[in-house]
Parts: sequence; structure tokens; C-alpha cells
Amino acid sequence: MHAALSALGFLARRLVQALLVMLAILVIAFAVRTSLGDPIREFTGQAVSESERADLRKELGLDRPWPVQFADYLGGAARGDLGTSFIYKKPTVDVVLAKFPASFELVLGASLIVLLFCVPAGVYCAVRPDRFGARLILGLSVLGISVPVFLTGIILITVFSVWLGWLPAFGRGETVALGPWTTGLLTRDGLAHLLLPALTLSSIMLPLFVRLVRSAMLGELDHDYVRTAWAKGASPIRVWIVHALRNALLPLVAVGGLQAGTLVAYTLLTETVFQWPGMGFLFLEAVTRSDIPLITTYLVLVGLLFVVVNTLVDLASLALDPRVSLEGAR
Amino acid sequence: MSAPQTAGLRGAIGFSRGRLGVLIALVVLAVIAVAAVLAPLIAPQDPFDLASFDILDAELPPVWQEGGEARFPLGTDAQGRDLLSAMLYGARISLLIGLLAVLIQAAIGISLGLLAGYFGGRIDGIVTRLADIQLALSTLMMAIVAMALVRAGLGGEALSLFAIPLLVIVIGLAEWPIFARTARAAVLVEVTKDYVRAARALGDSDGTIMRRHILPNVLSPLIIVATTQVAGAIMAEAALSFLGLGMPVTKPSLGTLIRSGYDLMFAGSWWVTVLPGLVLIAVLISINVLGDGLRDWLDPRRGAR
Repeated sequence: MHAALSALGFLARRLVQALLVMLAILVIAFAVRTSLGDPIREFTGQAVSESERADLRKELGLDRPWPVQFADYLGGAARGDLGTSFIYKKPTVDVVLAKFPASFELVLGASLIVLLFCVPAGVYCAVRPDRFGARLILGLSVLGISVPVFLTGIILITVFSVWLGWLPAFGRGETVALGPWTTGLLTRDGLAHLLLPALTLSSIMLPLFVRLVRSAMLGELDHDYVRTAWAKGASPIRVWIVHALRNALLPLVAVGGLQAGTLVAYTLLTETVFQWPGMGFLFLEAVTRSDIPLITTYLVLVGLLFVVVNTLVDLASLALDPRVSLEGAR
Repeated sequence: MSAPQTAGLRGAIGFSRGRLGVLIALVVLAVIAVAAVLAPLIAPQDPFDLASFDILDAELPPVWQEGGEARFPLGTDAQGRDLLSAMLYGARISLLIGLLAVLIQAAIGISLGLLAGYFGGRIDGIVTRLADIQLALSTLMMAIVAMALVRAGLGGEALSLFAIPLLVIVIGLAEWPIFARTARAAVLVEVTKDYVRAARALGDSDGTIMRRHILPNVLSPLIIVATTQVAGAIMAEAALSFLGLGMPVTKPSLGTLIRSGYDLMFAGSWWVTVLPGLVLIAVLISINVLGDGLRDWLDPRRGAR
């Protein structure tokens, strides 16, 4: 009963925190919009006279005090309206969300690669630290961390697209529309286009996670319960996988969530190298062409994504490990 | 870099005990650093002076490849710029920005870390919370957003005028939390020691105790952090320049060269991208290996594990 109440309190506090962060992001986005962007430019060209601009300014309510304008902006945000793109002449939210499937599938592909390899590689490096294979994996992970992600992409393109001609270097290839969602996962061409970008993105995340799994495993193997399991005569596989790994994976969820922001930055770089038509690629286009409403909308939506992921990670840690709630609710 | 990253690094160095790896890294870094510092003296051409190169020389391959000319040992870029000169000056810019940015990070981070660790209480709470938030937002993403807003607000031309100070400030402001955390953790250990109590009893002011007594004793871990942070700052600068948010094409850093050569790569001109890329990778790996060597040397207890 008591535990359930403290869990509820934790949930409520976490949601309030998430809302506050979103409000802060919206304040920043609004400040950027009003100080950098001239909304009049979104509707007119440069050749409109000063008095016509003033009229339009009045008509759009831009002469009102800024608290009123901010309230307006918040109201729009609540209805999913964050302005109109200067380049595309369409609502910015629609423009950014149309690019979401591409970015999502890229991150999904990279995450699958990371998940597939990080646990076996990390466990192996922890339980057999002196083997050549373990040292090789750790050596490669230094390389993965040291080489900037855009150079990894360029190297992969040089080898597999330019020299060998096996895989395409640019874009998403053939996509299929499933309602509003366009997917590249259902065609051979789309999957072939995904392979190199996903490998590139995973090249920077995989070493991090191999090391995380390894150090978490090393920490668990020192505990008394592992010694007890050995003493009871449990098989090595049982001790490593059933006992140690299960507990080692707990901190992994939390630390993995902390990497969400870094992942956005690396996705942006990967999309630029491969001209992958995702949100990051769109953001850079908006920056080069000074489309302020589009820029701020990207920031708000990425901020929202970030807040949602972090809240989910916290809730997942709570569900996986009841001790977290007691520490967090303190 | 965070703890698990460096832990793996140490394992990899174990590969080449006897410090051979550290020695090689030192030689590589020294050669590149000296070449970068002496760039104005040894470069065949001034790559920032548009009048000194000719578009007719554009995209010549390195001298060992067919069509290469002895005037341009590593070939030329799309504007006929000598690539060797551009790389020497580019490495100079990359190293300069990396070092200056880390100076800012260290100044902010160490000051806040000292205050947080020494006074504890509310100051500690605020600094720790700020550092947590900034790390969770990803320091690279913050730098990208900051440079993007500057670029969108001022336009590409204004950006290119102030690119170096802007990059130094943005990368410097983005990465202070790691210094603050390291300094705070080290200070927390030191403040309980007798020499601090003795200094207090002698009537030294808090500022004097922090500067003259505690700071010299917490320098070792900070030097190790500074080393890996230089690699991080150089990588951040290269990433920003690659995205078109850093150094302009008229004053290329290594990252700008990689970006400007990237469009040419599919036409067969691989050298404009690959050669600066190799220099960048050599610098980053060497600094990381060196940072690890320093850790073993300055902090043998942790190195032994």
C-alpha cells in the first residue's frame, strides 16, 4: 500500500517535471521566434511597403504586448500549431512530422544493431577479460569512439558504394506509404539504402554500450549472490546470464536513456552524410535558409521526444527495479 | 569522455604494454602540432589568400597518382587550393579551437566544481543539478543548436567573420560539466584532510584555501580530463564545420575540408576528403591514447585495475 502510494507520487512528480521542461523549451522557442524571425516575411516578399507591413503586423496581432502573444503561441502549441514554414508554405508541424518516419527507421535500424551485439560482446569482455577476442573488441571500440561519425559514414560509402558498388550511398530508396507513415522497411531497395546509415549510426553507439554492459557485468560478478550461485554449483551460463546479466541490465536502461540527446546529434550528422531525408536533414535545410518557424518547431518537437523518452525510461526503471522509487521519492 | 569509455580505452592500451602506444601517439601528435604551428613558414601556399591559387589547377590528384604535379604534393581542392597547405592551416585552426575551448571549459568547470565541493549545501545542489541537465541534453546537440541559431539569425557571412571566437565560446560553454564533476569529486576528498583544517586554523580565507591549497592537490584528475576533452572539442569543431555551422570554406579547418571534398568524392577526387580525414583521426586517436597513458602515470591505483 505504502509502496504503491510512493510510486504514484513519483509518477505525478515526474509528469509535472516533464511539463515544466516542455514549458521551458516553448519559452526558448518563442524567444527565438520573436527575436530572430520576422513573421511578416513568411507572408510577404521584400517588396512590400513599410505601411502595408505595419497594417499586416496589426492584423496578425504582432503589435500586442508579448505576454499576450506568448499565450497565443502556447494555445497554438496545445492545438498542434507552431506556425507556418517559410520555405514550404505549410504548417511547420506537418513538415517536420512528415520527416519523422525516415529518422525513426534510421534510429530503429541502428538500435537493432546495437542491441544485437552489445550484450554478447559486453558479457564476453567481462567474463573472459584476458582473451584475445575481448581485447580486440575493446580495441575496436576505441576506434569507434575516436573516429567521428561522419567520417565513419564517408569511409563506409567509399568502400561499399564507390569501390565495391554493393550498396547505395544516398537517400531512402523505394518507400511504401502506410497511411501517413512512409516506410522503407518493406522493400529490398529501402532496406539496402538503410544498411550503411544504420551501421554508421551504430558505430558510435555500439562501443559505448559494449563498455556499459562490460563494466556493469564486472560490477555484478563481484557480488556475494554470484559467489553463492557458484558455490551452489550452478553452470557458468546460468550464473552469467540468469543471475548477473539480469541485474547488470538495470542501470543500462537508465544510462541508455541519458544518451537520447547524443543520439539526436549523431542522427543529424548521419543524415547529412547520407542525405537521408529525415528531421535532422530538414533542420539543416531550415538553418541554411533561415526558416525560423521551422527551426523552432524542430527544436520543440525534438525536445518533446526527449522529454517523453526520458520520462518513459524513468518509469521503466521504476517498473524493473522497485528500489529506484524509494531512492527517487526520498 | 565518461568513465566506461575510458575504462575500455585502458584495456586497449594493455594491448601494447611497455608504453609503445603512448610513445607513438606522442610522436604523431608532436609532428602534427609542430607542422600546424609552423604552417605559415612551411606551407607552400597561403590557402586563405584567394589570389594565390588558380581555378585551372582545380582537383589535381596527389603527386603519386597519374596527373599529379610536384607543385602540389597532396593534390588540390575544387578551387585549385594546394591541399597540403590547406591541411597545415586547417590543423592549426582545429587545434587552436580545441585548446582554447578546453581552456574555457576548464575555467568554468573547475571554478564551479571547487565552489560546489568546498562549500557544499545549496551551491553544490545547484551546480550538480545544472551539470546533470546539461549532460542529459547532450553537449554536442547544444553546440549544434547554438551555432544553428547564430547562423540563422546573423546569416552565413556574419558567421564566417566570427567563426573562431564563436566556436571557441560555444564548445567551451557546452562541455564544462565534466570538469565540474571531476573537480567536485576530488575536492570532496581533499576538504576533509588535515592540511585544509590547518590552513583554516591559521586564518586563511576560503579563496586562498581553494586556490593555493586544494587546487594543486586535485590537478592530476583534471589534467587527465583535459586531455580527453581536447579530443572531444576538436571532434565537436569538426562535426560543426562538417554540418556547415563552423569554419567557412574561405578559412577551412579540417572539418570544413572534409565537407568541401565530400561533394567531389563521387567524381573520383577522394583525396580532398580522405587526407584531412586521416589527419583528424590520427589526432583524435593519439590524444585519447595519450590521455590514457597520463592516467596510468598520474593515477597508478586506478591504472592497475
